[in-house]
Amino acid sequence: MSAPARSPQVLDDKISGGIGASPQRPDGTLKVRGEFAYASDLWHENMVWGATLRSPHPHAGIRSIGIAKALAYPGVHAVLTHADVPGENAYGLKHQDTPVLAEDRVRYQGEPVALVAADHPEIARQALKLIEVDYEVWEPVTDMERAAHDETLPRLHENGNVVRHQRIVKGDPDARADVVVSGVYELGMQDQAFLGPEAGLAVPAEDGGVDLYLATQWLHVDQKQTAHALGLPVEKVRLTLSGVGGAFGGREDLSMQVHSCMLALHLGRPVKMSYNREESFFGHVHRHPARMYYEHGATKDGDLVYVKARMYFDGGAYASKTPVVVGNGTTLSVGPYNVPNAHIEGWGVYSNNPTCGAMRGLGAVQPTYAYESQMDKLATALGMDPAELRIRNAMSEGSTTVTGQVVDFPAPVAELVRRVRDMPLPPPNTDELGFPGGAANTTHGEGVVRGIGYGVTIKNIAYAEGLDDYSTARVRLQVIGGEPTALVHTAAAEVGQGLVTVQQQIARSELGVERITLHTSDTSVGDAGSSSASRQTYLTGGAVRNACLAVAERVYALAAERFGVEATNLSGGKVVAADGAVVADLAELLGEDVIEETREYHHRKTYPLDPETGQGNAHVQYGFSAHRAVVDVDTELGLVKVVQLDCAQDVGKAINPDAVLGQIHGGSAQGLGLAVMEEIQVTDGVVRNPSFTDYLIPTILDMPPMRVDILERPDPHAPYGVRGVGEPPTISATPAVANAIRAATGLELPRVPIKPEHLTGT
Amino acid sequence: MRVNVTVNGKQRTADDVWPGESLLYVLRERLGLAGSKNACEQGECGSCTVYLDGVPACSCLVAAGQAEGGDVRTVEGLADGDRLDSVQQSFLDTGAVQCGFCTPGLLVAAHDLIERNPAPSDPQIREALAGNLCRCTGYEKIMDAVRLAVERKQATT
Ligand code: FES
Ligand code: FES
Repeated sequence: MSAPARSPQVLDDKISGGIGASPQRPDGTLKVRGEFAYASDLWHENMVWGATLRSPHPHAGIRSIGIAKALAYPGVHAVLTHADVPGENAYGLKHQDTPVLAEDRVRYQGEPVALVAADHPEIARQALKLIEVDYEVWEPVTDMERAAHDETLPRLHENGNVVRHQRIVKGDPDARADVVVSGVYELGMQDQAFLGPEAGLAVPAEDGGVDLYLATQWLHVDQKQTAHALGLPVEKVRLTLSGVGGAFGGREDLSMQVHSCMLALHLGRPVKMSYNREESFFGHVHRHPARMYYEHGATKDGDLVYVKARMYFDGGAYASKTPVVVGNGTTLSVGPYNVPNAHIEGWGVYSNNPTCGAMRGLGAVQPTYAYESQMDKLATALGMDPAELRIRNAMSEGSTTVTGQVVDFPAPVAELVRRVRDMPLPPPNTDELGFPGGAANTTHGEGVVRGIGYGVTIKNIAYAEGLDDYSTARVRLQVIGGEPTALVHTAAAEVGQGLVTVQQQIARSELGVERITLHTSDTSVGDAGSSSASRQTYLTGGAVRNACLAVAERVYALAAERFGVEATNLSGGKVVAADGAVVADLAELLGEDVIEETREYHHRKTYPLDPETGQGNAHVQYGFSAHRAVVDVDTELGLVKVVQLDCAQDVGKAINPDAVLGQIHGGSAQGLGLAVMEEIQVTDGVVRNPSFTDYLIPTILDMPPMRVDILERPDPHAPYGVRGVGEPPTISATPAVANAIRAATGLELPRVPIKPEHLTGT
Repeated sequence: MRVNVTVNGKQRTADDVWPGESLLYVLRERLGLAGSKNACEQGECGSCTVYLDGVPACSCLVAAGQAEGGDVRTVEGLADGDRLDSVQQSFLDTGAVQCGFCTPGLLVAAHDLIERNPAPSDPQIREALAGNLCRCTGYEKIMDAVRLAVERKQATT
């Protein structure tokens, strides 16, 4: 070991790809080569294909299930029903109310009833048709408001049809105001429409357990629920993340996890399941449709005096995340504004519609659409500029929310609105292809009107209402091939957002090491929590930082032991003292040593809401974004062209600015989709459009160019000051587009998605 | 039945193919080329786009039998060994890849566009990629990627 260089020297600490840079994704090359293994690409020697029989009825009793014919079909290896569920036939994220396979009743169209394993997916599909289920068809419960209040309706679950009711009362609930506006707003059911279908491969193990390779958002919660349903201890159900083709909340509930493991354990051979698009529409939860009654009161100068709201969220057949939707929906119900008085009530209900649960912007998309519609209505009533009204009432650091929580971090809402308002406006359209209708050439500009609209949102980041929300990271530092190298291991799900890159960047910056490899995400390390609620950079980022700091401490101890010098920093492959002097070369100091540490990161404690008044410090952090949309509307045909969609968002600290932009672009597209095209159409509990032919998501022709302004006002309570990024832009885009269409047409448009018939009145 | 196709320059044979199987299924499940993706299998998303006899096609809509004797080029055949095609490189450099499920189909579609039209305008790029859904990126960086690939191509020719 050479003596440490104590002479001060210029440090070459240009570790590229650290925090604040936008290095390429570690999985990027594989992805562009077509070599990245998504869950639907998995393959195993000797594997068979699993398939799921689903209920055609939204509400029915099951008298009997006959499997003999299906079992006798050549090429079929197994047919399983609820009787074959080895453990408890119940799972659920918040309430264990969902059967793995239906027993004596089904509560939604598409509910899994039986499973088949066969040599070929087509054989499995044929065999499904041979399973004989004798249903007694019942009247479905389909109206969310009736489900909340009408005691005469059938009770879909033991405790009735209300999953959660929450009231929030602030100030004087009977306050009076000079100017009052009210409205009833509705949102249709949106689908996550991730492109990679639900898929996975279950491989039975010699210890009687099972290894499951799959696409998910949260390995450990899948593991817990799957093991419980299989009647196995958790350590015998090991999950490994494979490539995930998008998630957006739709992979938070179980889909094929227990089913594939049941078949694999039953047969003693690997089983692959992969949904097609139609099945995917039935195989995951959707965004809660909502109906919301709002009343806003303001002084004649435009200061908000009160907000009253009653909001209903249709949770469908099983609870999934409905309790959280009610919590988020009510606590965020007045938006990013100062509101001294409020009376809010929210209900999340069971019905026989498709189950609804997590989707990007959980519980905030619905109220944001409503209160931002109200803000425009109020601006009109006051004769005020809509941006000005928002700026005037914008909350800021130190504001008190509707639950009495004091915002103790930056909340630059007014500035976000100013920034989008002041961006240059696009010129009038001159391109033939640029009018609504595009290449269909339906207009040359006659009947086309332009409008500008704003949308602003507040979204809680990470888990709330008293949940201990945390993530775990293991970091190992050693010399490989003469170069210090760190291995980062977490169970966090990379679903496309770029969390793999962020983990590398943090480790690079903390350890001063360029080469960071990532262990496959699996359940052999501690829980990382879900890739949802815009929480992973915050939580798993925090865990990676903590593990790196613990590793660094041990390096410093090693340096102290060897050289009697106190080191305080790792930089550019060197161990550095407080005065900036290099203590040792990291690779030399480490030699053969391997340093490994595992750490957790828990965010600040939050608290449950008071059940009566809804007061409480429920949230750990908020994200804010503002959109301005410019639209052209062909009023004769009811066609909308979004011409420009601009966004300003505060992200606290952009660990990876390019990935932040990608989140804002993609989120905005989903918000635009909800505004003008995306809806799962449900009639009497039956889904009418389970395909990409009939469920439309924005194409490259629908998306306008975007200008994005990223603010970085660090949150002093979060690692590196980060603020969750993924959700806000999805939320504020929808009302911005809707308000722009209203501004163009003068129509009230109380429901999204806005369809041509809403615009033409036919 | 037996299906013979040339895939990425190699003669390949798939046996025991069912009449109902698509070219996509044969590529993915019988020939081990899972790069082309299966997001809808209804011709709506473009994630399965491959060149068939030089023309981009949704391989989920092509019956395997129809491809008999055909010449197929998939995303796996775009790179020249270790050297990525400039469209692939541009997608990486601009951050146009998030989950990446749409990427293989978009790469083939963009590759074809640039072959046919060395200087596409923005509306032409949008028109050419209108059959390829992406749920993650909002398409902004995909536009950037194609523009960059066009620029690079112009710089080298
Ligand atoms: S999988 Fe072929 S177009 Fe979607
Ligand atoms: S990157 Fe995920 S669908 Fe395009």
